[in-house]
Amino acid sequence: MTTDAPARLEPVSQPESDQYWEGARNGELWIQRDKATGEYQFYPRAFSVATPGGEVEWVKASGNATLHTFGIVHIPPHASFAGEVPYITAIVELEEGPKMAANIVGVEPDPENLTIGMPLKVEFTKISEDYTLPNFTPA
Amino acid sequence: MLVAFNEDTYRPKRSDSFTMPNINRLKALSGQSAIVGVAESDQIGNVPDKSPLAHHAEAAINALDDAGLSLSDVDGLLTAGWSTLDVAEYLGIQPRFTDSTSVGGSSFVIHIAHAIAAIQAGYCEVALITHGQAGRNDRSPAPPNLGTPQNQYERPYGIIGPPVSYAMAARRYMHQYGEDRTREAMANISVATRKWANMNDKAYFYDRPATFDDYHESRWIVWPFHLLDCCLVTDAGAAIVVTTAERAKDCAKGGVKVLGAAEGHDHSMISQMPDLTSAFGRNTGKQALDMAGVSHSDLDLMMIYDSFTYTVLVSLENLGFCGPGEGPDLVANQRTAPGGDFPVNTSGGGLSYTHPGMYGIFTVVEAVRQLRGETGERQLDDCDLAIAHGTGGYLSSTGTVILAAP
Repeated sequence: MTTDAPARLEPVSQPESDQYWEGARNGELWIQRDKATGEYQFYPRAFSVATPGGEVEWVKASGNATLHTFGIVHIPPHASFAGEVPYITAIVELEEGPKMAANIVGVEPDPENLTIGMPLKVEFTKISEDYTLPNFTPA
Repeated sequence: MLVAFNEDTYRPKRSDSFTMPNINRLKALSGQSAIVGVAESDQIGNVPDKSPLAHHAEAAINALDDAGLSLSDVDGLLTAGWSTLDVAEYLGIQPRFTDSTSVGGSSFVIHIAHAIAAIQAGYCEVALITHGQAGRNDRSPAPPNLGTPQNQYERPYGIIGPPVSYAMAARRYMHQYGEDRTREAMANISVATRKWANMNDKAYFYDRPATFDDYHESRWIVWPFHLLDCCLVTDAGAAIVVTTAERAKDCAKGGVKVLGAAEGHDHSMISQMPDLTSAFGRNTGKQALDMAGVSHSDLDLMMIYDSFTYTVLVSLENLGFCGPGEGPDLVANQRTAPGGDFPVNTSGGGLSYTHPGMYGIFTVVEAVRQLRGETGERQLDDCDLAIAHGTGGYLSSTGTVILAAP
């Protein structure tokens, strides 16, 4: 019997998200924008949701966001997170508009430390050879 | 610094594109089909010696027996979590209407809408809806990473399984409508639901009462959820038999008429939910009630999928029992408990009766039993009209039915 935690769950990049994950590896947050309307979207898709079927272009995001909501996980929902609890999960609203999920890092996981609407900035966490996650920390 | 919620500046990013279907066409279906059989599998709770398919089969046979029908009468099969291919083969039947719509725990309520449509269109006459899960004792490993958006954009962050997602939605609600009153509402729902379970000998917590202190002292699962905000994880199955109102007259216990039925969803991942305080019940509640031609005040029983206490709070608002942010007043002072004037989840719900993973079917099982007057100690007086409301995924999908006593 081994006490090692199983490997951290990794994303599996798809053709439409390769640029997103490559950007994250390089410490950059890339999102998509509707070519016609300029509306941003998350997550990456093969087309624009704002204009169904419409074309998208890739843009480097500012990395600024605000905290939309959060939770503090005390019971690991998967064996690979057994050593991570307690940790903060969040939905953040990017300056460009779309919302995305992330962990809030660089702050103790106590509700007193987190205020909805607080400004955040992106920070990158390498989780494996192939994948780096965009996370957020108080700005 | 606290940034107050501002209705003028906060709007969901994606517009709500829902438009009501032609209600007159739906009204033509209202009351034309009926639920004639409901049942659980033989044992529910902690059942280590039964497979998920065994729960499906036991429940199917029990529900058909409840209706005075047998497997040879079944010509339509609906299930979720499993393919109808597997369930039909296991049961040894050859359905000519088949539906494996699987959109989370609401699926089985949604199947009722599909069943009545299929029955009235003539695709089948006796539709069997089955469920079975070994939530506690499943021998199968977790499914593989399929490259879904969720596996890319949520699970790597440890946003895995319902508690994490629903907790974040609840935290947003607290921000908009007040943390203390939200907490009090969640405690009220937890304690009231346990009181109902204490009157149901099939409930996992039948012989275990819980107080407000127990609620507040229970450990954190995902803040802001205590343990007693969260549903059980059990082994269980259930089944429902639907047929024409005409044929129901010849069934063992008559038929509980399906007056209204509605379904839909507006996202999959919690991070993409347009508004964390407004699930799709805002549409399915109105549609089901309009189709039935009844209003909220006509309803005697509210069976509301309680994956979490918050799910009940937000669902009651979305269904229109009160306005946004008014849920805490609606459930205050144990109004939803035995003896209260607004009975919710009289079986003890997913919180205290059973919750094998996709619980929605059990909301209908209890509603039918209450409408037939079969629930003993916990039986409501004059229970003529009930709503059963399922929520699936991460507040993603909802199915709502309005049911009338035989």
